Amino acid sequence: MNKVMSNKWIITLYVLPALLLIGVFIFVPLILTGYYGLMDWDGIGAMKFIGLENYINAIQDDKFWESALHSFLLAVFSTASLIIYLLISLILASKIKGADLLRKIYLIPMLLSSVAIAQLWIKVFNPTNGMLNSLLTAIGVDNPPSWLAEPSVVLYAIFIPILWQYAGFYILIYYAALKNIPETLVEAAKIDGATPLQIAFKIKLPLIMGVVKVTIVLAVVGSLKYFDLIYVMTGGGPNGASEVMASYMYKLAFTSNNFGYGSAIGFLLLIITLIVTFIVRKATATKEEIQY
Amino acid sequence: MKRAGYFLLYLCLAVVAVFQIFPVVWLFLFSLKDNQDIFSKSPFSLPTEFRWENYEKVWEGGIGTYFWNSIWITAVAIILTVLFASMATFVITRMQWKFSKLVLGLFMVGLMIPIHSSIIPLFSMFLHVNLIDNPWSIVITYTAYNLPITIMILLGFYYTLPSEIEEAAIMDGCSIHRLFFRIILPMTIPVMSTTVIINMIYNWNEFVFVNTFISSDQYKTLTVGIQNFIGQYMTDWGAIGATLVISVLPILLAFLFFSNKVVEGISSSAVKG
Repeated sequence: MNKVMSNKWIITLYVLPALLLIGVFIFVPLILTGYYGLMDWDGIGAMKFIGLENYINAIQDDKFWESALHSFLLAVFSTASLIIYLLISLILASKIKGADLLRKIYLIPMLLSSVAIAQLWIKVFNPTNGMLNSLLTAIGVDNPPSWLAEPSVVLYAIFIPILWQYAGFYILIYYAALKNIPETLVEAAKIDGATPLQIAFKIKLPLIMGVVKVTIVLAVVGSLKYFDLIYVMTGGGPNGASEVMASYMYKLAFTSNNFGYGSAIGFLLLIITLIVTFIVRKATATKEEIQY
Repeated sequence: MKRAGYFLLYLCLAVVAVFQIFPVVWLFLFSLKDNQDIFSKSPFSLPTEFRWENYEKVWEGGIGTYFWNSIWITAVAIILTVLFASMATFVITRMQWKFSKLVLGLFMVGLMIPIHSSIIPLFSMFLHVNLIDNPWSIVITYTAYNLPITIMILLGFYYTLPSEIEEAAIMDGCSIHRLFFRIILPMTIPVMSTTVIINMIYNWNEFVFVNTFISSDQYKTLTVGIQNFIGQYMTDWGAIGATLVISVLPILLAFLFFSNKVVEGISSSAVKG
Protein backbone atom coordinates (compact mmCIF):
# COMPACT_ATOMS: atom_id res chain seq x y z
CA MET A 1 0.00 0.00 0.00
CA ASN A 2 2.50 2.62 1.13
CA LYS A 3 4.83 1.54 -1.61
CA VAL A 4 2.21 2.16 -4.26
CA MET A 5 1.16 5.48 -2.78
CA SER A 6 4.71 6.80 -2.71
CA ASN A 7 5.74 5.79 -6.21
CA LYS A 8 8.13 8.56 -7.27
CA TRP A 9 7.45 8.19 -10.99
CA ILE A 10 3.73 8.58 -10.56
CA ILE A 11 4.14 11.58 -8.25
CA THR A 12 6.44 13.30 -10.72
CA LEU A 13 4.20 12.51 -13.66
CA TYR A 14 1.10 13.92 -11.95
CA VAL A 15 2.52 17.04 -10.39
CA LEU A 16 4.89 18.05 -13.18
CA PRO A 17 2.45 19.62 -15.68
CA ALA A 18 1.04 22.00 -13.07
CA LEU A 19 4.41 22.71 -11.51
CA LEU A 20 6.07 23.42 -14.85
CA LEU A 21 3.27 25.75 -15.87
CA ILE A 22 3.44 27.91 -12.74
CA GLY A 23 7.23 27.76 -12.72
CA VAL A 24 7.68 28.85 -16.32
CA PHE A 25 4.76 31.27 -16.59
CA ILE A 26 4.51 32.75 -13.09
CA PHE A 27 7.80 32.49 -11.19
CA VAL A 28 10.40 32.80 -13.96
CA PRO A 29 8.71 35.95 -15.35
CA LEU A 30 8.80 37.54 -11.89
CA ILE A 31 12.55 37.09 -11.66
CA LEU A 32 12.95 38.32 -15.24
CA THR A 33 10.94 41.47 -14.43
CA GLY A 34 13.46 42.39 -11.76
CA TYR A 35 16.28 41.64 -14.21
CA TYR A 36 14.78 43.59 -17.15
CA GLY A 37 14.45 46.52 -14.76
CA LEU A 38 18.25 46.76 -14.88
CA MET A 39 18.22 47.20 -18.66
CA ASP A 40 17.75 49.94 -21.17
CA TRP A 41 15.49 48.06 -23.60
CA ASP A 42 12.75 48.83 -26.11
CA GLY A 43 11.37 45.27 -26.09
CA ILE A 44 12.76 44.22 -29.47
CA GLY A 45 16.33 45.49 -29.90
CA ALA A 46 19.39 44.61 -27.81
CA MET A 47 19.34 45.08 -24.05
CA LYS A 48 21.86 47.39 -22.48
CA PHE A 49 22.76 46.92 -18.84
CA ILE A 50 22.39 50.19 -16.95
CA GLY A 51 22.38 49.00 -13.35
CA LEU A 52 19.88 50.55 -10.98
CA GLU A 53 19.20 53.61 -13.13
CA ASN A 54 15.59 52.62 -13.93
CA TYR A 55 14.85 51.95 -10.27
CA ILE A 56 16.42 55.25 -9.19
CA ASN A 57 14.46 57.10 -11.88
CA ALA A 58 11.26 55.37 -10.76
CA ILE A 59 11.77 56.46 -7.17
CA GLN A 60 12.25 60.06 -8.34
CA ASP A 61 9.39 59.86 -10.85
CA ASP A 62 6.50 62.13 -9.75
CA LYS A 63 4.13 60.42 -12.17
CA PHE A 64 4.83 57.05 -10.59
CA TRP A 65 4.15 58.37 -7.09
CA GLU A 66 1.02 60.11 -8.31
CA SER A 67 -0.24 56.83 -9.73
CA ALA A 68 0.75 55.06 -6.50
CA LEU A 69 -1.24 57.66 -4.55
CA HIS A 70 -4.29 56.93 -6.71
CA SER A 71 -3.86 53.20 -6.06
CA PHE A 72 -3.68 53.85 -2.31
CA LEU A 73 -6.76 56.08 -2.47
CA LEU A 74 -8.61 53.24 -4.19
CA ALA A 75 -7.43 50.91 -1.42
CA VAL A 76 -8.77 53.31 1.23
CA PHE A 77 -12.10 53.66 -0.56
CA SER A 78 -12.47 49.92 -1.05
CA THR A 79 -11.68 49.22 2.58
CA ALA A 80 -14.11 51.89 3.78
CA SER A 81 -16.84 50.49 1.55
CA LEU A 82 -16.47 47.16 3.34
CA ILE A 83 -18.38 48.76 6.23
CA ILE A 84 -21.43 49.26 4.01
CA TYR A 85 -21.18 45.70 2.66
CA LEU A 86 -20.89 44.40 6.22
CA LEU A 87 -24.02 46.29 7.31
CA ILE A 88 -25.97 44.99 4.33
CA SER A 89 -24.87 41.44 5.07
CA LEU A 90 -25.87 41.79 8.72
CA ILE A 91 -29.37 42.82 7.60
CA LEU A 92 -29.50 40.05 4.99
CA ALA A 93 -28.46 37.40 7.49
CA SER A 94 -31.03 38.41 10.10
CA LYS A 95 -33.48 35.88 8.69
CA ILE A 96 -35.07 38.25 6.30
CA LYS A 97 -37.35 37.04 3.50
CA GLY A 98 -35.82 37.06 0.02
CA ALA A 99 -32.24 37.24 1.32
CA ASP A 100 -31.02 34.63 -1.15
CA LEU A 101 -32.54 36.39 -4.13
CA LEU A 102 -31.19 39.80 -3.08
CA ARG A 103 -27.73 38.36 -2.54
CA LYS A 104 -27.81 36.91 -6.06
CA ILE A 105 -28.92 40.21 -7.55
CA TYR A 106 -26.06 41.98 -5.78
CA LEU A 107 -23.62 39.51 -7.32
CA ILE A 108 -24.51 40.11 -10.97
CA PRO A 109 -22.01 42.94 -11.70
CA MET A 110 -19.19 40.67 -10.50
CA LEU A 111 -19.91 38.32 -13.42
CA LEU A 112 -19.55 40.90 -16.17
CA SER A 113 -16.30 41.52 -18.00
CA SER A 114 -14.45 44.70 -17.19
CA VAL A 115 -14.76 45.88 -20.79
CA ALA A 116 -18.54 45.52 -20.66
CA ILE A 117 -18.66 47.24 -17.26
CA ALA A 118 -16.38 49.99 -18.50
CA GLN A 119 -18.42 50.62 -21.65
CA LEU A 120 -21.65 50.51 -19.68
CA TRP A 121 -20.42 53.07 -17.15
CA ILE A 122 -18.95 55.30 -19.86
CA LYS A 123 -22.55 55.48 -21.09
CA VAL A 124 -23.87 56.06 -17.57
CA PHE A 125 -21.40 58.94 -17.11
CA ASN A 126 -22.05 60.41 -20.56
CA PRO A 127 -22.53 64.15 -19.94
CA THR A 128 -25.35 64.76 -22.44
CA ASN A 129 -27.67 61.77 -22.23
CA GLY A 130 -26.12 59.40 -19.71
CA MET A 131 -28.22 57.98 -16.93
CA LEU A 132 -26.45 59.84 -14.14
CA ASN A 133 -26.61 63.38 -15.51
CA SER A 134 -30.17 62.93 -16.78
CA LEU A 135 -31.10 61.98 -13.24
CA LEU A 136 -29.18 64.91 -11.75
CA THR A 137 -30.76 67.43 -14.14
CA ALA A 138 -34.18 65.97 -13.39
CA ILE A 139 -33.76 66.60 -9.67
CA GLY A 140 -32.59 70.15 -10.34
CA VAL A 141 -28.79 70.08 -10.50
CA ASP A 142 -27.89 72.76 -13.03
CA ASN A 143 -24.46 71.92 -14.30
CA PRO A 144 -23.55 68.33 -13.48
CA PRO A 145 -19.87 67.61 -14.20
CA SER A 146 -18.76 65.75 -17.31
CA TRP A 147 -17.43 63.06 -15.01
CA LEU A 148 -14.72 61.30 -16.98
CA ALA A 149 -13.31 64.42 -18.60
CA GLU A 150 -12.65 66.46 -15.47
CA PRO A 151 -9.33 65.81 -13.76
CA SER A 152 -10.68 66.74 -10.32
CA VAL A 153 -13.54 64.23 -10.30
CA VAL A 154 -12.49 61.47 -12.71
CA LEU A 155 -10.76 59.36 -10.08
CA TYR A 156 -13.79 59.32 -7.77
CA ALA A 157 -16.13 58.76 -10.71
CA ILE A 158 -14.14 55.65 -11.60
CA PHE A 159 -14.21 54.35 -8.02
CA ILE A 160 -18.01 54.05 -8.21
CA PRO A 161 -18.14 51.29 -10.86
CA ILE A 162 -15.30 49.51 -9.08
CA LEU A 163 -17.27 49.48 -5.82
CA TRP A 164 -20.35 48.49 -7.82
CA GLN A 165 -18.47 45.60 -9.40
CA TYR A 166 -17.24 44.12 -6.12
CA ALA A 167 -20.18 44.83 -3.79
CA GLY A 168 -21.81 41.45 -4.36
CA PHE A 169 -18.53 39.62 -3.87
CA TYR A 170 -17.94 40.98 -0.38
CA ILE A 171 -21.60 40.77 0.62
CA LEU A 172 -21.53 37.12 -0.42
CA ILE A 173 -18.44 36.39 1.69
CA TYR A 174 -19.85 38.12 4.79
CA TYR A 175 -23.22 36.49 4.32
CA ALA A 176 -21.65 33.03 4.06
CA ALA A 177 -19.63 33.67 7.23
CA LEU A 178 -22.68 34.96 9.12
CA LYS A 179 -24.67 31.90 8.07
CA ASN A 180 -21.99 29.70 9.62
CA ILE A 181 -22.53 31.12 13.10
CA PRO A 182 -24.25 28.43 15.16
CA GLU A 183 -27.91 29.17 15.78
CA THR A 184 -27.57 28.27 19.48
CA LEU A 185 -25.36 31.30 20.18
CA VAL A 186 -27.90 33.72 18.76
CA GLU A 187 -30.74 31.91 20.56
CA ALA A 188 -28.91 32.08 23.88
CA ALA A 189 -28.39 35.83 23.47
CA LYS A 190 -32.05 36.30 22.65
CA ILE A 191 -33.06 34.49 25.81
CA ASP A 192 -30.76 36.77 27.78
CA GLY A 193 -32.73 39.67 26.34
CA ALA A 194 -30.30 41.00 23.73
CA THR A 195 -31.83 43.30 21.09
CA PRO A 196 -31.29 42.55 17.37
CA LEU A 197 -28.76 45.38 17.21
CA GLN A 198 -26.83 44.00 20.16
CA ILE A 199 -26.86 40.55 18.59
CA ALA A 200 -25.54 41.97 15.33
CA PHE A 201 -22.74 44.08 16.75
CA LYS A 202 -21.83 42.35 20.01
CA ILE A 203 -22.14 38.74 18.93
CA LYS A 204 -22.20 38.23 15.17
CA LEU A 205 -19.65 40.86 14.19
CA PRO A 206 -16.92 39.70 16.61
CA LEU A 207 -17.48 36.12 15.49
CA ILE A 208 -16.80 36.89 11.82
CA MET A 209 -13.89 39.25 12.51
CA GLY A 210 -11.50 36.68 11.01
CA VAL A 211 -13.32 36.82 7.69
CA VAL A 212 -13.52 40.62 7.85
CA LYS A 213 -9.75 40.74 8.19
CA VAL A 214 -9.31 38.49 5.17
CA THR A 215 -11.53 40.80 3.14
CA ILE A 216 -9.50 43.83 4.22
CA VAL A 217 -6.39 42.15 2.84
CA LEU A 218 -8.26 41.22 -0.35
CA ALA A 219 -9.59 44.76 -0.82
CA VAL A 220 -6.22 46.44 -0.24
CA VAL A 221 -4.19 44.05 -2.38
CA GLY A 222 -6.85 43.98 -5.10
CA SER A 223 -6.85 47.79 -5.21
CA LEU A 224 -3.08 48.06 -5.49
CA LYS A 225 -3.04 45.87 -8.59
CA TYR A 226 -6.27 47.21 -10.06
CA PHE A 227 -6.11 47.87 -13.79
CA ASP A 228 -8.83 46.72 -16.20
CA LEU A 229 -11.65 49.18 -15.69
CA ILE A 230 -9.42 52.22 -15.45
CA TYR A 231 -7.48 51.25 -18.57
CA VAL A 232 -10.64 50.84 -20.63
CA MET A 233 -12.62 53.77 -19.22
CA THR A 234 -10.05 56.55 -19.25
CA GLY A 235 -6.67 55.05 -20.11
CA GLY A 236 -5.40 56.83 -17.00
CA GLY A 237 -6.49 60.22 -18.28
CA PRO A 238 -7.28 63.00 -18.55
CA ASN A 239 -3.62 63.90 -18.21
CA GLY A 240 -2.79 61.17 -15.69
CA ALA A 241 -5.60 62.15 -13.31
CA SER A 242 -6.83 58.56 -13.04
CA GLU A 243 -3.56 56.71 -13.59
CA VAL A 244 -2.83 53.84 -11.19
CA MET A 245 0.40 51.86 -10.74
CA ALA A 246 -0.55 49.02 -13.07
CA SER A 247 -1.86 51.28 -15.84
CA TYR A 248 1.27 53.45 -15.63
CA MET A 249 3.46 50.37 -15.93
CA TYR A 250 1.43 49.03 -18.84
CA LYS A 251 1.58 52.32 -20.68
CA LEU A 252 5.36 52.62 -20.28
CA ALA A 253 5.95 49.14 -21.64
CA PHE A 254 3.32 48.60 -24.31
CA THR A 255 2.60 52.15 -25.49
CA SER A 256 5.95 53.91 -25.09
CA ASN A 257 8.01 50.73 -25.72
CA ASN A 258 10.07 51.53 -22.65
CA PHE A 259 10.30 47.90 -21.50
CA GLY A 260 13.24 48.37 -19.15
CA TYR A 261 11.64 51.20 -17.22
CA GLY A 262 8.23 49.50 -17.34
CA SER A 263 9.80 46.37 -15.84
CA ALA A 264 11.32 48.39 -13.02
CA ILE A 265 7.88 49.85 -12.24
CA GLY A 266 6.38 46.35 -12.50
CA PHE A 267 8.92 45.05 -10.01
CA LEU A 268 8.23 47.96 -7.64
CA LEU A 269 4.51 47.17 -7.96
CA LEU A 270 5.26 43.62 -6.84
CA ILE A 271 7.39 44.76 -3.90
CA ILE A 272 4.86 47.39 -2.78
CA THR A 273 2.05 44.82 -3.00
CA LEU A 274 4.00 42.28 -0.96
CA ILE A 275 5.03 44.82 1.69
CA VAL A 276 1.51 46.22 2.04
CA THR A 277 0.06 42.69 2.22
CA PHE A 278 2.53 41.89 4.97
CA ILE A 279 1.70 45.08 6.90
CA VAL A 280 -2.07 44.65 6.58
CA ARG A 281 -1.80 41.01 7.64
CA LYS A 282 0.30 41.98 10.65
CA ALA A 283 -2.02 44.82 11.56
CA THR A 284 -5.10 42.63 11.40
CA ALA A 285 -3.59 39.48 12.92
CA THR A 286 -5.36 38.15 16.00
CA LYS A 287 -3.51 36.56 18.86
CA GLU A 288 -6.27 34.13 19.64
CA GLU A 289 -8.54 32.34 17.24
CA ILE A 290 -12.22 32.50 18.09
CA GLN A 291 -13.60 29.05 18.71
CA TYR A 292 -17.23 28.20 18.53
CA MET B 1 -42.48 50.40 15.49
CA LYS B 2 -41.14 47.01 14.55
CA ARG B 3 -43.05 47.19 11.28
CA ALA B 4 -41.47 50.52 10.42
CA GLY B 5 -38.04 49.11 11.21
CA TYR B 6 -38.52 46.22 8.82
CA PHE B 7 -39.84 48.57 6.18
CA LEU B 8 -36.69 50.69 6.48
CA LEU B 9 -34.42 47.65 6.28
CA TYR B 10 -36.13 46.41 3.15
CA LEU B 11 -35.97 49.87 1.68
CA CYS B 12 -32.19 49.95 2.16
CA LEU B 13 -31.77 46.50 0.65
CA ALA B 14 -34.00 47.41 -2.27
CA VAL B 15 -32.09 50.62 -2.98
CA VAL B 16 -28.86 48.65 -3.08
CA ALA B 17 -30.47 46.03 -5.32
CA VAL B 18 -31.64 48.70 -7.75
CA PHE B 19 -28.19 50.29 -7.75
CA GLN B 20 -26.64 46.89 -8.50
CA ILE B 21 -29.04 45.77 -11.19
CA PHE B 22 -30.32 48.92 -12.84
CA PRO B 23 -27.28 49.72 -15.00
CA VAL B 24 -27.54 46.19 -16.45
CA VAL B 25 -31.27 46.58 -17.15
CA TRP B 26 -30.60 49.98 -18.66
CA LEU B 27 -27.98 48.41 -20.93
CA PHE B 28 -30.51 45.87 -22.14
CA LEU B 29 -33.06 48.63 -22.77
CA PHE B 30 -30.77 50.76 -24.86
CA SER B 31 -29.65 47.74 -26.86
CA LEU B 32 -33.23 47.69 -28.20
CA LYS B 33 -33.43 51.37 -29.09
CA ASP B 34 -32.28 53.41 -32.03
CA ASN B 35 -30.39 56.66 -31.76
CA GLN B 36 -33.52 58.74 -32.05
CA ASP B 37 -35.00 56.98 -29.05
CA ILE B 38 -31.76 57.32 -27.14
CA PHE B 39 -31.00 60.95 -27.84
CA SER B 40 -34.43 62.54 -27.88
CA LYS B 41 -36.05 60.74 -24.96
CA SER B 42 -35.27 60.22 -21.30
CA PRO B 43 -32.69 57.48 -20.74
CA PHE B 44 -35.22 55.79 -18.45
CA SER B 45 -37.95 55.46 -21.05
CA LEU B 46 -38.84 52.15 -22.65
CA PRO B 47 -37.98 51.67 -26.32
CA THR B 48 -40.80 52.89 -28.61
CA GLU B 49 -40.26 49.76 -30.65
CA PHE B 50 -38.09 46.76 -29.75
CA ARG B 51 -35.31 46.89 -32.30
CA TRP B 52 -33.95 43.36 -32.32
CA GLU B 53 -32.29 44.22 -35.61
CA ASN B 54 -29.50 45.82 -33.54
CA TYR B 55 -28.52 42.28 -32.58
CA GLU B 56 -28.70 41.04 -36.16
CA LYS B 57 -26.58 43.97 -37.28
CA VAL B 58 -23.73 43.41 -34.83
CA TRP B 59 -23.77 39.64 -35.26
CA GLU B 60 -23.44 40.04 -39.02
CA GLY B 61 -20.83 42.73 -38.41
CA GLY B 62 -18.50 39.96 -37.25
CA ILE B 63 -18.88 39.58 -33.51
CA GLY B 64 -19.34 35.84 -34.13
CA THR B 65 -15.60 35.28 -34.58
CA TYR B 66 -14.85 36.79 -31.17
CA PHE B 67 -17.67 34.78 -29.68
CA TRP B 68 -16.35 31.42 -30.90
CA ASN B 69 -12.80 32.34 -29.92
CA SER B 70 -14.02 33.10 -26.41
CA ILE B 71 -15.84 29.80 -26.28
CA TRP B 72 -13.05 27.50 -27.40
CA ILE B 73 -10.28 29.31 -25.53
CA THR B 74 -12.34 29.35 -22.34
CA ALA B 75 -13.24 25.67 -22.74
CA VAL B 76 -9.75 24.36 -23.54
CA ALA B 77 -8.17 26.37 -20.73
CA ILE B 78 -10.80 25.09 -18.26
CA ILE B 79 -10.19 21.46 -19.24
CA LEU B 80 -6.41 21.79 -18.94
CA THR B 81 -6.60 23.73 -15.67
CA VAL B 82 -9.02 21.38 -13.95
CA LEU B 83 -7.21 18.25 -15.18
CA PHE B 84 -3.72 19.41 -14.15
CA ALA B 85 -4.99 20.90 -10.90
CA SER B 86 -6.81 17.66 -10.03
CA MET B 87 -3.71 15.58 -10.76
CA ALA B 88 -1.52 17.85 -8.66
CA THR B 89 -4.02 18.04 -5.81
CA PHE B 90 -4.37 14.25 -5.81
CA VAL B 91 -0.63 13.82 -5.47
CA ILE B 92 -0.31 16.58 -2.86
CA THR B 93 -3.13 15.34 -0.65
CA ARG B 94 -3.24 11.58 -1.15
CA MET B 95 0.29 10.38 -1.84
CA GLN B 96 3.28 10.25 0.47
CA TRP B 97 6.34 12.21 -0.50
CA LYS B 98 8.80 14.61 1.08
CA PHE B 99 8.15 17.77 -0.91
CA SER B 100 4.37 17.89 -0.94
CA LYS B 101 4.21 20.79 1.55
CA LEU B 102 6.80 22.76 -0.40
CA VAL B 103 5.04 22.25 -3.73
CA LEU B 104 1.72 23.23 -2.19
CA GLY B 105 3.40 26.34 -0.79
CA LEU B 106 4.58 27.31 -4.29
CA PHE B 107 1.05 27.11 -5.64
CA MET B 108 -0.25 29.22 -2.77
CA VAL B 109 2.42 31.89 -3.32
CA GLY B 110 1.28 31.95 -6.95
CA LEU B 111 -2.05 33.32 -5.69
CA MET B 112 -0.48 36.57 -4.52
CA ILE B 113 1.38 37.54 -7.67
CA PRO B 114 0.06 40.61 -9.54
CA ILE B 115 -0.05 39.67 -13.23
CA HIS B 116 1.28 43.08 -14.17
CA SER B 117 4.56 42.22 -12.54
CA SER B 118 5.09 39.35 -14.94
CA ILE B 119 3.44 40.44 -18.16
CA ILE B 120 6.51 42.04 -19.79
CA PRO B 121 8.68 38.87 -19.56
CA LEU B 122 5.70 36.77 -20.65
CA PHE B 123 5.37 38.97 -23.70
CA SER B 124 9.05 38.62 -24.60
CA MET B 125 9.02 34.86 -23.92
CA PHE B 126 6.09 34.36 -26.28
CA LEU B 127 7.75 36.64 -28.82
CA HIS B 128 10.84 34.39 -28.79
CA VAL B 129 8.90 31.20 -29.45
CA ASN B 130 6.56 32.80 -31.98
CA LEU B 131 3.49 32.55 -29.83
CA ILE B 132 2.61 36.23 -29.97
CA ASP B 133 -0.66 36.66 -31.86
CA ASN B 134 -1.35 32.98 -31.37
CA PRO B 135 -4.36 31.96 -29.29
CA TRP B 136 -2.35 29.19 -27.58
CA SER B 137 -0.37 31.82 -25.71
CA ILE B 138 -3.57 32.84 -23.93
CA VAL B 139 -4.68 29.27 -23.36
CA ILE B 140 -1.35 28.53 -21.65
CA THR B 141 -1.37 31.67 -19.51
CA TYR B 142 -4.99 31.16 -18.43
CA THR B 143 -4.14 27.60 -17.44
CA ALA B 144 -1.05 28.61 -15.48
CA TYR B 145 -2.62 31.57 -13.70
CA ASN B 146 -5.81 29.71 -12.75
CA LEU B 147 -4.00 26.65 -11.35
CA PRO B 148 -3.34 28.11 -7.86
CA ILE B 149 -6.96 29.13 -7.18
CA THR B 150 -8.28 25.86 -8.66
CA ILE B 151 -5.96 23.77 -6.50
CA MET B 152 -6.97 25.82 -3.46
CA ILE B 153 -10.65 25.08 -4.01
CA LEU B 154 -10.03 21.37 -4.71
CA LEU B 155 -7.75 20.92 -1.72
CA GLY B 156 -10.36 20.86 1.04
CA PHE B 157 -12.45 18.31 -0.82
CA TYR B 158 -9.54 15.96 -1.50
CA TYR B 159 -8.54 16.01 2.19
CA THR B 160 -11.98 14.76 3.17
CA LEU B 161 -11.97 11.71 0.84
CA PRO B 162 -11.78 8.54 2.97
CA SER B 163 -8.50 6.63 2.58
CA GLU B 164 -10.33 3.28 2.67
CA ILE B 165 -11.23 3.77 -0.99
CA GLU B 166 -7.61 3.87 -2.05
CA GLU B 167 -6.70 0.98 0.20
CA ALA B 168 -9.47 -1.21 -1.17
CA ALA B 169 -8.66 -0.28 -4.77
CA ILE B 170 -4.95 -0.97 -4.37
CA MET B 171 -5.67 -4.29 -2.59
CA ASP B 172 -7.75 -5.30 -5.59
CA GLY B 173 -4.73 -4.65 -7.76
CA CYS B 174 -5.91 -1.39 -9.24
CA SER B 175 -3.19 0.81 -10.76
CA ILE B 176 -2.82 4.40 -9.62
CA HIS B 177 -3.89 5.75 -12.99
CA ARG B 178 -7.06 3.67 -12.80
CA LEU B 179 -7.59 4.70 -9.19
CA PHE B 180 -7.25 8.38 -10.08
CA PHE B 181 -9.15 8.54 -13.37
CA ARG B 182 -11.82 5.93 -12.68
CA ILE B 183 -12.46 6.28 -8.94
CA ILE B 184 -11.16 9.53 -7.43
CA LEU B 185 -11.90 11.92 -10.31
CA PRO B 186 -15.58 10.93 -10.61
CA MET B 187 -15.94 11.35 -6.85
CA THR B 188 -14.77 14.97 -7.06
CA ILE B 189 -17.40 16.04 -9.60
CA PRO B 190 -19.23 18.39 -7.18
CA VAL B 191 -16.13 20.41 -6.33
CA MET B 192 -14.86 20.14 -9.91
CA SER B 193 -17.99 21.81 -11.20
CA THR B 194 -17.39 24.67 -8.77
CA THR B 195 -13.88 25.15 -10.14
CA VAL B 196 -15.18 24.93 -13.71
CA ILE B 197 -17.58 27.80 -13.04
CA ILE B 198 -14.92 29.94 -11.38
CA ASN B 199 -12.53 29.29 -14.27
CA MET B 200 -15.26 30.08 -16.74
CA ILE B 201 -15.95 33.49 -15.17
CA TYR B 202 -12.23 34.33 -15.12
CA ASN B 203 -11.43 33.14 -18.64
CA TRP B 204 -14.49 34.57 -20.30
CA ASN B 205 -13.87 38.01 -18.84
CA GLU B 206 -10.08 38.13 -19.01
CA PHE B 207 -8.76 41.25 -20.65
CA VAL B 208 -5.07 42.06 -20.11
CA PHE B 209 -3.49 38.94 -21.57
CA VAL B 210 -5.58 38.98 -24.75
CA ASN B 211 -5.08 42.71 -25.13
CA THR B 212 -1.31 42.25 -24.86
CA PHE B 213 -0.64 39.01 -26.71
CA ILE B 214 -3.19 39.08 -29.54
CA SER B 215 -3.22 41.67 -32.29
CA SER B 216 -5.18 40.18 -35.21
CA ASP B 217 -8.94 40.38 -35.16
CA GLN B 218 -9.37 36.73 -36.10
CA TYR B 219 -7.88 35.56 -32.76
CA LYS B 220 -9.40 38.12 -30.40
CA THR B 221 -11.86 37.09 -27.73
CA LEU B 222 -15.04 38.97 -26.89
CA THR B 223 -13.61 41.14 -24.12
CA VAL B 224 -11.00 42.69 -26.38
CA GLY B 225 -12.90 42.26 -29.64
CA ILE B 226 -15.87 44.32 -28.51
CA GLN B 227 -13.48 47.17 -27.68
CA ASN B 228 -12.71 47.88 -31.35
CA PHE B 229 -16.14 46.79 -32.37
CA ILE B 230 -17.48 49.63 -30.30
CA GLY B 231 -15.07 51.93 -32.11
CA GLN B 232 -16.84 51.09 -35.39
CA TYR B 233 -20.24 51.96 -33.98
CA MET B 234 -18.99 55.02 -32.12
CA THR B 235 -22.31 56.83 -32.24
CA ASP B 236 -24.75 53.96 -32.67
CA TRP B 237 -25.64 53.33 -29.05
CA GLY B 238 -28.15 50.62 -29.89
CA ALA B 239 -25.49 48.57 -31.66
CA ILE B 240 -23.05 49.10 -28.79
CA GLY B 241 -25.68 47.96 -26.32
CA ALA B 242 -26.41 44.84 -28.38
CA THR B 243 -22.68 44.04 -28.57
CA LEU B 244 -22.31 44.32 -24.80
CA VAL B 245 -25.41 42.25 -24.11
CA ILE B 246 -24.13 39.47 -26.40
CA SER B 247 -20.80 39.52 -24.60
CA VAL B 248 -22.28 39.17 -21.10
CA LEU B 249 -25.16 36.85 -21.94
CA PRO B 250 -23.38 33.46 -21.67
CA ILE B 251 -22.14 34.24 -18.16
CA LEU B 252 -25.52 35.54 -17.05
CA LEU B 253 -27.20 32.40 -18.41
CA ALA B 254 -24.67 30.19 -16.64
CA PHE B 255 -25.40 32.14 -13.46
CA LEU B 256 -29.12 31.64 -13.93
CA PHE B 257 -28.72 27.87 -14.17
CA PHE B 258 -25.86 27.27 -11.77
CA SER B 259 -26.19 30.17 -9.36
CA ASN B 260 -25.61 28.01 -6.30
CA LYS B 261 -22.38 26.65 -7.74
CA VAL B 262 -21.27 30.19 -8.60
CA VAL B 263 -22.04 31.43 -5.11
CA GLU B 264 -20.23 28.45 -3.59
CA GLY B 265 -17.25 28.88 -5.87
CA ILE B 266 -16.84 32.59 -5.28
CA SER B 267 -17.11 32.29 -1.53
CA SER B 268 -14.74 29.34 -1.30
CA SER B 269 -12.22 30.95 -3.60
CA ALA B 270 -12.16 34.08 -1.51
CA VAL B 271 -12.41 33.13 2.12
CA LYS B 272 -9.58 30.63 2.14
CA GLY B 273 -7.35 33.15 0.41
